[in-house]
Amino acid sequence: MVFAALVLVIVNFARDPTALPALALAPSALWITFAFGAVVALNRAFAVEREHGALDGLLLAPVPREALYLGKLLANLAFVGIVEAVALPLFVVFFDVPLGHALGGLLAVTALATTGFVAVGTIFSAMAVRTRFAELLLPVLLLPFMVPPLIAAAGLTARLLEGRPWSELHGMLRLLILYDIVFVTLSTLLFPAVMDE
Amino acid sequence: MSPSFAAARAAVRRGRAVTLLALAGMALVYLLALRYTPVELHQGLAQKIFYLHVPAAWTALLIFSLMGIVSIIFLWLHDERLDLFAEASAEVGLMFSAIMLTTGPIWAKPIWGTWWQWDPRLTLTLFLFFLYVGYLALRSSIHDPLERGRFSAVVAILGMLLVPFIHLSVYLFRTLHPKPVVLKPSAPSLPPEMLRTLLIAFGVCLALYAGLVMMRYGAGAAERLREAGGEGGEVPDGA
Repeated sequence: MVFAALVLVIVNFARDPTALPALALAPSALWITFAFGAVVALNRAFAVEREHGALDGLLLAPVPREALYLGKLLANLAFVGIVEAVALPLFVVFFDVPLGHALGGLLAVTALATTGFVAVGTIFSAMAVRTRFAELLLPVLLLPFMVPPLIAAAGLTARLLEGRPWSELHGMLRLLILYDIVFVTLSTLLFPAVMDE
Repeated sequence: MSPSFAAARAAVRRGRAVTLLALAGMALVYLLALRYTPVELHQGLAQKIFYLHVPAAWTALLIFSLMGIVSIIFLWLHDERLDLFAEASAEVGLMFSAIMLTTGPIWAKPIWGTWWQWDPRLTLTLFLFFLYVGYLALRSSIHDPLERGRFSAVVAILGMLLVPFIHLSVYLFRTLHPKPVVLKPSAPSLPPEMLRTLLIAFGVCLALYAGLVMMRYGAGAAERLREAGGEGGEVPDGA
């Protein structure tokens, strides 16, 4: 969370204030913060289990691996969601964003995009934690997978803040929903392959 | 189930022969490109790079799809050979995508006036390159061959499905913010000489892929045999 706040501050100072109004950069700043925050959070997602050997216990439990994945996904979503819940008010304050009418839409977009990349991130962090360069490997693997949801979410955020009509939103919204369906399903199906001993 | 050293050696030998043939074919393609195909009216000689760039791009995309499919079968059958094939393919695929990413800007600078454009196709190929790099980075950081096979199969399958999503998202991004430059790298219809040369070049790239994969597959198989032999006793053949 402190990390998310720091990213916001850095993005703000990296902007040339005479050339670019704060609002023009706001969507990118928000999504860079969310993306980095999520990677940092996901890096720790399986580390605790790893350190205490708790994963073996979970694997012994008489539940299907798919259920284990969905549980882990929900936990990670909650964790990343908390980071985002802290970053969003900071973002509004730092960038002086008139949120008002856009808040509902922005929350929906955030939920959809976060679900998408955390779904892939959960399965990747389960793999990365068992490798030698875990902290390095996760971003290398995950960032390409973050591109479609981030492009859609940043585009949607910009349009929501500008109060654009629905016709300019639904294409990217559909993409986000499709991404979520495909990658949540696929990750659930593939998770047992990661967990087999 | 696993191949012997002799089989691995034979694969390397066959692969080397196919690779040499393919390289000779590549020379032939360039002879054709320079002597047989007409010079493009607007682009001039710069267009000749097309006979390497486009087939390399097609091959790189094809290899990743192939890896995804092979990985699905691997997770189902757990046959070590499929994993070896995917590993060999990934390295060759990385090479082809590097060729594509270097020849592209060389062509784009004189023709578009810029090295790079965030056009859907370019972005897609850049991320294809990143996927190959990530896949190989993952492979190189896992010791246990079984775990390595399963983990990298998961990445290959997810990556195969990511490719259309990246294309779609950048496409949406760009169509909503149109650029003044008209990006249309391919002419609507090619003269038959150009098309024929292009198809030959694609065939040559596929042959090059086959040859390099055979060599890499043989080398990979021998390495695994040596690792297994190192624990269990004598290495047969001394390979």
